[in-house]
Amino acid sequence: MSIGHYLVLSGILFTIGAAGVFLRRNLITLLLSVEIMLNAVNLAFVAFGRQFGTVDGQIITFFVMTVAAAEAAVGLALVIALFRHRESLNPEAFTSLKW
Amino acid sequence: MVFDQVLFYVFASVAVLGGLLVIGQRNPIYSVLAIIVSFFGLSGLYILLEAPFVAVVQIIIYAGAIMVLFLFTVMLLNVPREDAAEWDRTHPFYRPWPMRIGGVLAAAMIVQLIWAFSRTAGLGQGVGDQRPAVSAVSELGRKLFTDYMFAFEVTSILIIIAMVGAVVLARKREF
Repeated sequence: MSIGHYLVLSGILFTIGAAGVFLRRNLITLLLSVEIMLNAVNLAFVAFGRQFGTVDGQIITFFVMTVAAAEAAVGLALVIALFRHRESLNPEAFTSLKW
Repeated sequence: MVFDQVLFYVFASVAVLGGLLVIGQRNPIYSVLAIIVSFFGLSGLYILLEAPFVAVVQIIIYAGAIMVLFLFTVMLLNVPREDAAEWDRTHPFYRPWPMRIGGVLAAAMIVQLIWAFSRTAGLGQGVGDQRPAVSAVSELGRKLFTDYMFAFEVTSILIIIAMVGAVVLARKREF
């Protein structure tokens, strides 16, 4: 398989994630879409690392995973706090700061 | 070689179909389960790219730890399904036309990407045909604790901050 195949697949996955962020109206699905985008980037990193014969791609993948874990923990804590406040997960329910 | 190609397409379709299911479901629990399926497909792709450690970490950390966190949250909150009326009302295709400029920009970006791909040399040759793969975990660890030492330490601080922050944010206010 060529590097182009992996890059196109990575682009498709990233597009799915971005579409999820824009189309869905549920905070948890929004966070899941962000995870899909991070994974698409991970795939591109590992593919490039394999292409150039280095381990740097894999190592950066670990850092991305760590950041994803931190993001998921803080994001879900925010979701829990918001849900307690409004009893809803629809982002359109949180408009107190809207002018 | 043919076997490799078949495996690539199988894993790629699992990953893409899982991703589509994630954003196509109204019920968040099914979304979380679909993303786990998608992660298994990606893990297979990492094995094809001769990065077995990343593949294992993908399953253990991502599918095992992070997604279980999501699943716990979904079950803790007893999340309501998105109802269809709300779905239609907030659908981006029913917005007034100035909000569709984003669609035009997205189409322009896709055209640009295809143009860039078609002009880049070397995309067609097999991945890693020129250089041998480095998949030994020892080499990974050596590089992680020498060249990437600073980033590694900063990451540990980030994890601690995220942990404390998550506890503070999700705590019940008693005052």
